[in-house]
Amino acid sequence: MAVKAAAAAAVTNPFSLKPSMKKITLGLLALYLNILAVQAQKPADTVRYQKKKLTLSEVNLVSGYYTQDGDHSAVTGGIGTEKLTDWSNTIEIKLVKEGRGNKEHNLNLQLGIDHYTSASSDNIDPATITSASYADTRIYPSVAYSVNDKKRGTTYGVSGYYSTESDYKSWGAGLTFAQTSRDKNRELSLKLQSFFDQSLIFRPIELLPFYNDNGTYKPRQSHSAALTLAQVVNKRLQVALLAEVVHQSGFLSTPFHRVFFTNHYVATEKAPDQRFKWPVAIRASYFAGNRLVIRPYYRYYRDNWGVKAHTVNLELSYKMGPHLSLSPFYRYYVQTAARHFAPYGMHTPGENYFTSDYDLSKFSSHYGGAGLRLVPPQGVLGLKGWPALELRYGRYHRSNGLQSHMVTVLTTFK
Amino acid sequence: MKNISKPFYALGLLALLASCQTVKGYQKKYLNDAEMELSAKKIEKFESNFQSYREGAAGANGGKSGGGCGCN
Repeated sequence: MAVKAAAAAAVTNPFSLKPSMKKITLGLLALYLNILAVQAQKPADTVRYQKKKLTLSEVNLVSGYYTQDGDHSAVTGGIGTEKLTDWSNTIEIKLVKEGRGNKEHNLNLQLGIDHYTSASSDNIDPATITSASYADTRIYPSVAYSVNDKKRGTTYGVSGYYSTESDYKSWGAGLTFAQTSRDKNRELSLKLQSFFDQSLIFRPIELLPFYNDNGTYKPRQSHSAALTLAQVVNKRLQVALLAEVVHQSGFLSTPFHRVFFTNHYVATEKAPDQRFKWPVAIRASYFAGNRLVIRPYYRYYRDNWGVKAHTVNLELSYKMGPHLSLSPFYRYYVQTAARHFAPYGMHTPGENYFTSDYDLSKFSSHYGGAGLRLVPPQGVLGLKGWPALELRYGRYHRSNGLQSHMVTVLTTFK
Repeated sequence: MKNISKPFYALGLLALLASCQTVKGYQKKYLNDAEMELSAKKIEKFESNFQSYREGAAGANGGKSGGGCGCN
């Protein structure tokens, strides 16, 4: 009984422990307090968020050369050469930062420069052989910033655009929002964009006395909302549904496009000052076997000017090896004419709106070509900082005679 | 024929979405391939531009839907 009482006292009262046991207990307590003290004394930076800088993620250089010719120039009323060449270059710099709370910050800076020569523009003033309008340069910088919250699966972004050429300036802004599902198999995104354009009014030289262009035109504005739903269907197939609404208002005519009437009267193009566009599209990508990626795309388009169009595109990417792929593609496009379109000399006097721009005529087009993508493990030409090179060529043929060729090169640096 | 085809396409689309499987991150070997991108490729940028200038239709391809002249 006395032994039991002593044992019970030993459990409930530590001070009743033997001296050696007391030492061990006090030692463990000191060790525990020491660990707590060490944790408390750790520098704040190692426990809390560490500030990080934006780092360069990728640089992309895209260069393209485009050439076209045809016999339906809008500048000369739907007849005459459409010869045009365009040399385009853009540089895109992508910066990324891992931020607080598992958020990724992305900054995308772009600068584009296009230089074109246009035989039809030269005919704004046919008396000159190489007028100022024969060649022009367009410069267009843009900036986009987005934050991707990986925990919540949301992305918010803002963007700004600017474009300038000798007779035309454009400012733009955009907002984006995207929500990814928890299993990361679905994403819904919304993109809102607005553009505010200002142009100098150039008329064909012989028609200048008939127009009074002293600031009477409303600048062009474009507003769009694009909704995209991207969905993984299975391990090899994913699809995206795209729907967009675009509204344009203001001066939508091109003032140096001539229009010839049945009574030999000549004027410049006059388009309605409102345009609503409704394109919807579906895109898919399917990995067949181990080497082939099939990428079909279909778009239906209609607007309130009377243009209805179908676009079908199919690209097959064949992996010739682990680091090289060849991608032949074909695109078919067909559209109806805008209500205010008529060919050269076919407009009747008294019409409210008129154009002989064959881009708004009824036609179909074929565009085909191939792309080559090279991703060597040692980098292109053995340069580690140059991981990828892409080349692409396409030939375009329109049923009303316009033909064009385009070569593009994309180089990626990291 | 047009009236029949629209519901047919809608049903096809619904069937496609209804057949979606849950694919785990480690099962996305094919989906994560660079060629499987669900948007226009970067190298198609200028093509989309000239097509939007040379054709009446534009949009629903992830690019810009305005701005700039494109009147040549």
